[in-house]
Amino acid sequence: MLRKLLDSMEPTFKEGKLKRLYPFFEAADTFLYTPGTKTKSGPHVRDGLDLKRAMISVVIALIPCTLFGIWNAGYQSMLAHNPELTPGTANFFEAMTHGLWAFLPIYIVTLAVGGTLEAIFSVVRKHEINEGFLVTSLLFPLILPPTIPLWQVALGIAFGVVVGKEIFGGTGMNVLNPALTGRLFLYIAYPAQISGDKVWISERAGQWADGYSGATPLADFYANRAADLATPMTDVSAFNAFMGFMPGSIGETSVLCCLLGAAYLIFSKVGSWRIMLSCVIGMVVTTLLCNGLAPDSNRYMAVSPLWQFLVGGFAFGAVFMATDPVSAAQTNTGRWIYGFLIGALTVVVRVLNPAYPEGIMLAIIFMNVFAPTIDYYVTKANIKRREARLGVQ
Amino acid sequence: MELVNIFIKAVFIENMALVFFLGMCSFLAVSKKVETANGLGMAVVFVLLITTPLNNLISNYFLKEGALSWLLGAERAAGIDLTFLAFIAYIATIAATVQLVEMTIDKFSPALYASLGVFLPLIAVNCAILGSSLFMDLKELTLTQSAAYGVGNGVGFWLAIVALAAIREKLKYSNVPPALRGLGITFMITGLMAMAFTIFGGIQI
Repeated sequence: MLRKLLDSMEPTFKEGKLKRLYPFFEAADTFLYTPGTKTKSGPHVRDGLDLKRAMISVVIALIPCTLFGIWNAGYQSMLAHNPELTPGTANFFEAMTHGLWAFLPIYIVTLAVGGTLEAIFSVVRKHEINEGFLVTSLLFPLILPPTIPLWQVALGIAFGVVVGKEIFGGTGMNVLNPALTGRLFLYIAYPAQISGDKVWISERAGQWADGYSGATPLADFYANRAADLATPMTDVSAFNAFMGFMPGSIGETSVLCCLLGAAYLIFSKVGSWRIMLSCVIGMVVTTLLCNGLAPDSNRYMAVSPLWQFLVGGFAFGAVFMATDPVSAAQTNTGRWIYGFLIGALTVVVRVLNPAYPEGIMLAIIFMNVFAPTIDYYVTKANIKRREARLGVQ
Repeated sequence: MELVNIFIKAVFIENMALVFFLGMCSFLAVSKKVETANGLGMAVVFVLLITTPLNNLISNYFLKEGALSWLLGAERAAGIDLTFLAFIAYIATIAATVQLVEMTIDKFSPALYASLGVFLPLIAVNCAILGSSLFMDLKELTLTQSAAYGVGNGVGFWLAIVALAAIREKLKYSNVPPALRGLGITFMITGLMAMAFTIFGGIQI
């Protein structure tokens, strides 16, 4: 029925007077049905699964993080109002409502601005509107603090979509992860609104929590590193950090939800388990090294690998950002190296760089830059090995 | 340990190409293929390894105020300050070293020599190389420190140009808007790479 309708409309868009709007038609069509054509370029998925389905899997994997992020944004702002609240006693619907008030405007602005730019580019450059944007536009609000001004959201996603992706020709051809490019741009251009300890709790949810500030545990680690080692680092317990009951960017706080997403990504073979695993290995090894080298005074170096894993955006970045099939390394050996270095660099930035409390975003962008180099030399080594095996020169 | 710090700082934190944006001409022009970029990178490392310490010696024994005391005696040398000759002296050293490298590459790897083309002699006017000598002057490094600094700058440039070349090779599969093809997109990539290099900005060692 729907199929017939779409088929009858196709000639109008393909050759007829609505030719310029073909990308829109194409997007609607393939969103509803698996297309009959094969992927011609970009990340190759040799399966009935095309690029769109692959990207949709990422969106599905992001659902737990998103829902929890919305709830948590609301919960944190309620907590600011009423410190006695615990996750158990907080009214679920109230928290969701508050959270939606914080999350939805950001999401809508992201979709509107980014979507418009994507549509303009797809019409002018005649490429398909891609679900790649759906992933970018969902990832982007999730890695922003809930209090970010909306015009900055618009600016960030515009930069991410245009400079991060469209100037290279659209989905599958970009070098850096578009969502992260947008966030890094905001981070460099407007550090005040995206870092520090005043931005992590939504005040928009209700004006009663006026001016309340809450540091993320990660920033707390950094600020309080001179305090004594025996007491817990922050007032956030390991359980709360694992579940995600703490301030932070909207989607990144819950390690549990990230792990759920990771399980789905690995199960559907969309995300590379090699990258996720090697990220964690790199992080643990570097953290242990730091622990070993830590002088007593610098308490931040002595933070255990477990805590490095639980706080901040490490889990979110390693699961959803580092595994981006376009900007990550594309050879299996390359993936191990790539992931390991992301994990290692994250800890290096967290521990050694006073300018940034969080390192996963920068580490992923940095390794995005070097992923083609890694691939090049891995492929090169492979060719050499095969030549040796076959006895060619 | 101090030398290692200088080296690491020069490679990552004060990367010649992506933090100071020096040596852009060869950075943009010779980064079409990884092989060539690799060759140029190594040539730059080698030239920097020689010229930076050499210029350090020249600076300390000829140019600085009172540096000629080993020749003229302390009193007569005290008033002589030849630092205004720094540019010309450094460039002369660099040009001579580049000649040396050029002849070496021509002899041992004619293929690389051909692919580097005009950019090999042009290393002589690569700002990254003169920059390394001048920064070395400003930082008042000793001889060994300046060697570590020079190599660090070279390796940083090498790393950056190889990464750029690998990205550009991958970009062959991209669909860049016609107006941006070639240098335009390379500039954009350089900017994005520089953004990525902010990861190290602020680290104190």
